[in-house]
Amino acid sequence: MQILVLVSTLLVLSLIGYYLGRSRAVASVSGEASRLHSLPGYYGLYVALWCGVPALIVLLAWLSLEPWIVERLLVASLPESARSLPSDRLALLLNDIRNLAGGNIVSRDVDPELRDAANHYANMRQIGTWAEIVVCLALAVAGIALGQRYIAPDLRARNKVEKVVMAFLVISSTIAILTTIGIVFSLLFEAIRFFRLVPPSEFLFGLEWSPQTALRADQVGSSGSFGAVPLFAGTMLISFIAMCVAVPVGLFAAIYMAEYAHPRFRAAVKPVLEILAGVPTVVYGFFAALTVAPFFRDSGGFLGLDISSESALAAGVVMGIMIIPFVSSLSDDIITAVPQSLREGSSGLGATRSETIKTVVLPAALPGIVGGVLLAVSRAIGETMIVVMAAGLSANLTANPLEAVTTVTVQIVTLLVGDQEFDSAKTLAAFALGLVLFCVTLCLNIVALRVVQKYREQYE
Amino acid sequence: MSDTAGTGTVKTGLPRKNINEVVSAGIRRRYAAERRFRAYGLAAIGFAIFALTTLLVTIVGTGYSAFTQTMLELEITLYPQDIDPEGNRDPKVLSTANYQALVRQSLRDLFPEVTTRQERRRLNGLVSDGATFQVRRAVLDDPSIIGQRISILVPMSDDIDQFMKGHISAEVPESDRRVSDQEIAWLERLQDRNLVHRTFNWTFFTSGDSREPELAGIWGALVGSLLTMSVTLALAFPLAVATAIYLEEFAPKNRWTDLIEVNINNLAAVPSIVFGLLGLAVFLNFFGLPRSAPLVGGMVLALMTLPTIIIAARASIKAVPPWIREAALGLGASRMQVVFQHTLPLAMPGILTGTIIGMAQALGETAPLLMIGMIAFIVDIPQGVTDPATVLPVQVFLWSDAPERAFVERTSAAIMVLLSFLIVMNAFAIYLRKRFERRW
Amino acid sequence: MQLANSENAAKDGVGMPEKTGNLTTESKAGRTPMVVARDVDVFYGDKQALFGIDMDILPNEVTALIGPSGCGKSTFLRCLNRMNDVIEGCRVEGRISVDGQDIFDRALDVVHLRARVGMVFQKPNPFPKSVFDNVAYGPKIHGLSSSKDELEEIVMTSLEKAGLIEEVKDRLHQPGTGLSGGQQQRLCIARAIAIQPEVILMDEPCSALDPIATAKIEELIDELRENYTIVIVTHNMQQAARVSQRTAFFHLGKLLEFGDTDQIFTNPSVERTRDYITGRFG
Repeated sequence: MQILVLVSTLLVLSLIGYYLGRSRAVASVSGEASRLHSLPGYYGLYVALWCGVPALIVLLAWLSLEPWIVERLLVASLPESARSLPSDRLALLLNDIRNLAGGNIVSRDVDPELRDAANHYANMRQIGTWAEIVVCLALAVAGIALGQRYIAPDLRARNKVEKVVMAFLVISSTIAILTTIGIVFSLLFEAIRFFRLVPPSEFLFGLEWSPQTALRADQVGSSGSFGAVPLFAGTMLISFIAMCVAVPVGLFAAIYMAEYAHPRFRAAVKPVLEILAGVPTVVYGFFAALTVAPFFRDSGGFLGLDISSESALAAGVVMGIMIIPFVSSLSDDIITAVPQSLREGSSGLGATRSETIKTVVLPAALPGIVGGVLLAVSRAIGETMIVVMAAGLSANLTANPLEAVTTVTVQIVTLLVGDQEFDSAKTLAAFALGLVLFCVTLCLNIVALRVVQKYREQYE
Repeated sequence: MSDTAGTGTVKTGLPRKNINEVVSAGIRRRYAAERRFRAYGLAAIGFAIFALTTLLVTIVGTGYSAFTQTMLELEITLYPQDIDPEGNRDPKVLSTANYQALVRQSLRDLFPEVTTRQERRRLNGLVSDGATFQVRRAVLDDPSIIGQRISILVPMSDDIDQFMKGHISAEVPESDRRVSDQEIAWLERLQDRNLVHRTFNWTFFTSGDSREPELAGIWGALVGSLLTMSVTLALAFPLAVATAIYLEEFAPKNRWTDLIEVNINNLAAVPSIVFGLLGLAVFLNFFGLPRSAPLVGGMVLALMTLPTIIIAARASIKAVPPWIREAALGLGASRMQVVFQHTLPLAMPGILTGTIIGMAQALGETAPLLMIGMIAFIVDIPQGVTDPATVLPVQVFLWSDAPERAFVERTSAAIMVLLSFLIVMNAFAIYLRKRFERRW
Repeated sequence: MQLANSENAAKDGVGMPEKTGNLTTESKAGRTPMVVARDVDVFYGDKQALFGIDMDILPNEVTALIGPSGCGKSTFLRCLNRMNDVIEGCRVEGRISVDGQDIFDRALDVVHLRARVGMVFQKPNPFPKSVFDNVAYGPKIHGLSSSKDELEEIVMTSLEKAGLIEEVKDRLHQPGTGLSGGQQQRLCIARAIAIQPEVILMDEPCSALDPIATAKIEELIDELRENYTIVIVTHNMQQAARVSQRTAFFHLGKLLEFGDTDQIFTNPSVERTRDYITGRFG
């Protein structure tokens, strides 16, 4: 809350800076704005930037560094006995100090030493917050003063302001790269720690998955095994079922919409597909668990088949329904991109519509459709909520769609939801799975996007 | 005419069949294939429509009853000696008084014949624990009612509610049923006295989560969603627009911008759960931001929606014809001025449409938020972006896991609320697109 | 898309008997016309594009349709094999017969019609398949050949007739899209004649080609005349004069003049035709 107030104060100061700068610029040429190098507003912006930008940068840096610095100071102030604790115990102690300072429940008896430390901590935090406010406001005011001093009729205010804006644009455009780097590094970093505990060969080729590790060394029967093959197999099984539903339905729907449908029919059906695409996955998951899975189980019982209520079939079919609009809209785009002249050439030779589609349009559109299907596969592999809600948790290695299987995403969620120690193999395994998921989908995406792009270029 | 056509073959000197005969022979088979092919297309569309209808019918069918709640009209005597023995109306004393006893007493008054402990416990189970809070709130709101006999509507327990709504059938043998014959008998007597009412379920829209279905509401999740979306919008919109402007208007065509482009396209297809892992590793563990906070949720969702908005914004900026830029440049405007005074305003409807669609996606997103702990059971309504909170789709996920029958209907109702938000957002996006669509 | 089929036309046509008579009348040349159009009106939505066109097209002749842009000559051409069917909101009224059969007759199928009335388009549009498959396409969909050898023979003959065989015989299985523009257009002509149509419609077949390629196509058209009836739309007066025997001059959706090419180019009877041919407008 304090931060919000501080930021708004900075914004107000910048606004004041704007007006000060503007009027000073106008005054410097005694009202003849045409003698200024730039429009008066730019001088205002110039001062406003001087006021806001440095203060905000310092604030951001302060916010991200303060906890770290305060922690260092706190550790330094602790007695020698505490400082020499192993790092995880020390972290617990620090956590308790923080909780005590924040007035929360603490996991141990509160002795005077702890109380002192907590007070010290609270003190430092308070000093820190005030210092931060003072420094930021001072910077803002100094910025205004400095900016004001620079104002002169021949100051190239517009160019300077535009340079700052340009810098903002450039920095924004790097966010995408930073995100990717962030993903890669966070996954890699944790996965490497995991692979120190479990060798990669066991992870990638092991056939048994039961991530129950012992909490204490003396516990029995819970060594945990991290063979991810059953997860990969389960993911592929469910994705395969999904594609079996989504590709034919999506493709035929797209063909009908693009080649046959009357515009009014198209206008009526397009929203249906758009709604289908807009339904959140958690809703599909609920639908799968509430309706589809029991339906399959009951009809299986009717036919004398034993279908698990968490069958891969139910999750796969619902996932397929989710992906239908994705496949159909991509294919629709691609089919409409096939030049009309090819269709005319074919029907001019006396081919029927369907012959034209099957022998000319689809072969011409094939690369694009393949790209679209690959993107759809990548979505199916990465889809989480439907499988979390409708597929099982037990890692069966089976190709039978009537049984329950589990997937990579389901395991990531189960391993990470709830309170976990951050260093256990169980938690780290989630990151290793995430890394595999990221790599596989990344490859699929790159290939698919390239194929689609090549296809588009062909007809441009 | 077949005569002349027949001579055609002779004329060309080609040893081949007569086209007329061949086409006539095959035409029925070919048209049958044509009809089959069309039928496949229609069947595919029919399947999609069927799936959507089933989904919506299921959700509405199970969810609509959650908008009402079975209430019991209780007569409660607010004895001053129980509530405020000293009589100074101190709010502290008032709020800690034993209202539960009052509620139970009034129930016992209705059924004086119930005497055994076990039966009494069952009887008390007819009304929700929320009854106690309701009486307390009534007293705190207006302490002058102390000493009076008031009539108050209190929610009945979830099982009774489900029974009244017909979700629990009396036909089922008693042992398989969550409502006993005894309770049904009591209920019938209450109905005879016209004390059981079915009212609009305000609780569902005004309270936070609860372990008791009849007290659980979506307001907390809605506020959480709102806070999260605000953070997402505040971060994603300016960053996305800035990126799009840079890439479309200023970026030189080189390796670096190619890399950015490839990155954006790939990020758009990265599974959402991976963003959750990023949030967990970077925002929570590295920067030490609070768990379960809308701030972190908003940041993760912002990273996730960025590519969507960037792609839409770029398309929209690209659609502004070059002659507008040239005209402005020709008048001596700087490139930056052209962008902010001409290109951007013209591209804005398209950018906004893309933003709304991206925000709708973010609003329905669940998986990455599970990773950063927005799945905690939170009763309080979040007050700020750093308070622990949950969001609507996560609330749906949490409730869908709950064993009580009453939560099934509430899950569906929450989905109905979520879907109506999404439909409104998408409809607005479509309106924007239609309203400002421009062909140059 | 609504087509006024013959039934409707018969119902509302008071002067129908006389026109029906026309359909079978022999032209002055003494030959039975291959294509007969009577009172053809075409509408795009509310806009009328063609007004009461009457035309007899004789077999084994090249008929050129000329006229300024937007005069309806391409529209008329596309009526002859009902390519207008695919255009949204387009409506054709009147009667057209090919080889004595009404093309709007319900009993006649578009597929059938188009197999008999082939078409070559303005821009060469080979399918993204091999040269061989492009030419084999028509015979394949219509089931014209019963064996592989027969199909090969049809393809080779068609390519030969289109004058392309020498240029492509070594690259029969490479994509047709890899050929030059002129070759592509001749490939499209080969594709059209592979199914032995009675009439070939050409919609400005040389407008996208250079003069040398154009000359080759013109030569080809002249050769094809021996076996086919050809209707060609062209913007190029010289081309019309060079390749056609008869010329029709369209203006603002009306057929202003129709006669022997020599007569039209040397001694047009209508003032507007003269103006157009001499380049005074258009």
